Amino acid sequence: MSKLTSETIMEKSLFIIALFSCLVILLIISFIFIEAFPAIQEYGIAQFLFGNIWAPNEGQFGVFAMIIGSLYVTFIALLMSVPLSLSCAIFMAEVASSKVRKFLKPVIQTLSGIPSVVFGFFGLILLVPFIRSQFGGTGFGILTAAIILSIMILPTIISVSYDSLRAVPQDYKEASLGLGATNWQTIRRVVFPSALPGIITSIILGMGRAVGETLAVLMVIGNVAKIPASILSPARTLTSNIALEMNYAIGIHYNALFATAVVLFIVIISLLIIANHIQRKYSMDIGGGTL
Amino acid sequence: MEKITVEHLNTYFGDAHILKDINFKVAENTVTALIGPSGCGKSTFLRSINRMNDLIPAFKCDGTLLLDDEDVYAPEMDVVDLRRKVGMVFQKPNPFPKSIFENVAYGLRIHGEEDEDFIKQRVEESLKSAAIWDEVKDKLDKSAMGLSGGQQQRLCIARTIANNPEVILMDEPCSALDPISTLKIEDLIHELKKGYTIIIVTHNMQQASRVSDYTSFFLNGEIIESGRTEQIFVSPKEQKTEEYITGRFG
Amino acid sequence: MNFNFISAKISQKIMNSIFLLSGIITLTILVIILAYILIKGLPVINLEFIFGQVENQGASGGIFPIIISSLYVTLLSVLISTPLGVGAAIYMAEYANDGKLTRIIRFGAEILASIPSIVYGLFGLSFFVIFLNLGWSIFSASLVLAIMGIPTIFQVSEVSIRSVPSIYAEGSYGLGATKWQTIYKVVLPAALSGIVTGIILGMTRAISEAAAVMYAVGSSITMPISILDPGRPLPLHLYILATEGISLPNAFGTAAVLVIIVLIITFLTNYFTERYQNKMMGK
Repeated sequence: MSKLTSETIMEKSLFIIALFSCLVILLIISFIFIEAFPAIQEYGIAQFLFGNIWAPNEGQFGVFAMIIGSLYVTFIALLMSVPLSLSCAIFMAEVASSKVRKFLKPVIQTLSGIPSVVFGFFGLILLVPFIRSQFGGTGFGILTAAIILSIMILPTIISVSYDSLRAVPQDYKEASLGLGATNWQTIRRVVFPSALPGIITSIILGMGRAVGETLAVLMVIGNVAKIPASILSPARTLTSNIALEMNYAIGIHYNALFATAVVLFIVIISLLIIANHIQRKYSMDIGGGTL
Repeated sequence: MEKITVEHLNTYFGDAHILKDINFKVAENTVTALIGPSGCGKSTFLRSINRMNDLIPAFKCDGTLLLDDEDVYAPEMDVVDLRRKVGMVFQKPNPFPKSIFENVAYGLRIHGEEDEDFIKQRVEESLKSAAIWDEVKDKLDKSAMGLSGGQQQRLCIARTIANNPEVILMDEPCSALDPISTLKIEDLIHELKKGYTIIIVTHNMQQASRVSDYTSFFLNGEIIESGRTEQIFVSPKEQKTEEYITGRFG
Repeated sequence: MNFNFISAKISQKIMNSIFLLSGIITLTILVIILAYILIKGLPVINLEFIFGQVENQGASGGIFPIIISSLYVTLLSVLISTPLGVGAAIYMAEYANDGKLTRIIRFGAEILASIPSIVYGLFGLSFFVIFLNLGWSIFSASLVLAIMGIPTIFQVSEVSIRSVPSIYAEGSYGLGATKWQTIYKVVLPAALSGIVTGIILGMTRAISEAAAVMYAVGSSITMPISILDPGRPLPLHLYILATEGISLPNAFGTAAVLVIIVLIITFLTNYFTERYQNKMMGK
């Protein structure tokens, strides 16, 4: 009988451990929201979200320019990263020999392991002067940040879309090749469309990573809290806004930074729900893909 | 004396009625073969005896299944203890990805044996009874996954024996093996009969006639005929049995 | 891209070259970044740099307390997150049935994995540092990193536990093992390489993280002794050196040390998991 009780104890304690993640999320949400609440209450939610002026010293806390900054830099980063990473994923999944594939996999793994501060440092030292000399201006801005981000999200998009390309049943490919289609025709007409839900998921996950990235962006984007006029203008993102000012924020300024985190949190959760919805709709399992 | 007695056993997977009113008896220290075409229920029956079917959530059964005179499906039956007494050898050799020694010692360790000398002695005995000792005695610490299929299956038999069971269930133990390994396992079954009660499911009728004392013929979830092996194979009473063993279906 | 005026064979060749090119570009990006950091950073690294104290806010001297801070928070966080992540994985892979609750748990882990590191930073500040009054300390930072590491360890471990062939478990049940004995003695050892990979991935994430710890660990450049001492891990030191323009050579040196540690961890994981698998599979 003691065997049975210890079995039950094991099961129950494992269950509690599994629940722990959910409890922590509730804790995180409640602490971020509680700290954010005074700012939203005092400043007004509409003014906070759509206000154009961020001037903590004058009591102005509009994050609209930061929302635009985050979206702008993310969009440009995706524009550069998606074609390259999808093409690379197709290369690894469908074209490359198994030897080349075995070589490229650790390359992607290593790229994803490089700390974001190192990316930021690299951008600061090499890319900012390069952009300055090529396009004028300070070199700090949307374009520089987007280039760094596009490199940082490469591994996410490549590995998730690679998995979904590999998951396309061999039968489909053989059927197409057996009809005399070339490899490229097969990829374009059969493999790619079947893998599309996974590929879209990979892009959304990459997007989430780009929106959430903090220090690498902060180091190269210039951090001016204004709506950027051009792709070379400096800008400020939601994440860099928090990281820049948290050190010295007090009172309602402190709460306003937590409110910025709430906006960020909601954006990320929405992306996650969309990605989950796509996966469930096409009832596919790409295995452990997260933002 | 009867080792296993089954009366009016019915089993279900969800709505599917798999075994229908099974009545069956096995005497101690004999080999009984269960034969029949694929899907006839013989493996399901075998797995009912040590309650391996319990692992499938939709499984239900009624009727009586006695080991000695204990009801296997009684609520107070300790399944863990039952499976120690009723060992099982699977269709595909399934050694753990551990060393040869640890594979055989596994059953002893999970049942609380801590005396290393005893474990060592028991592992050696079991490997000897499974007729594999000479082949592996110099590489006990090597992974079991490096053995050939036939060796792996004999290792799995040794693993079962180490538990000191009363009954050994074998679910088509030779179906994944070559003819020479198959003969070795069959010789082994002859030896093991002296100490254990064995029930073996097999597709291969020559094998059934070579190794077993008794045979039961299953068809569509029912036992059509049971009896001494030579009687079943030489003068079956039922038309369907005759058709099956002379190869008209299955 | 449908080149109707070009034959199928030629468009095949063009596309293959594009695919090959993109593979080469990806490789080149990695090589450039690593080479640049290492070429500029390696000359700075010597015994004095590794084992020296930080002087002039990092403008001179070494980075020994920084390295120790990094190892301290990383190991402590993994120590906390491993039982939680692996435990959850065991429950989800072996006990849970597909119900609403398991969907919620899985979604919870996905959320944890997706929360931006700066949001973790704010949470660490408001909860561990202020509310629990742990102060700016190695311990606060480790707790934040541990929470961040749980989903990685959980997800990778669950996949590898699920991929253990069911015949192993059957063999164990057939010998009269209980469920927990089967999990502990057969399933977990067979899944070990995957679980270790998950733990190491969690470690890589922890050692690389700056934004999440910058408001939890303080910014002290002295050697942390107790877990309640403040510290300054490598990525944070690099960030401060670079953005405050304190010392470019030392920033390169720090970056190189960080990159080398991450490379070593990645290499060791691949090496050990392969060796372990080969041994167990009798190769």
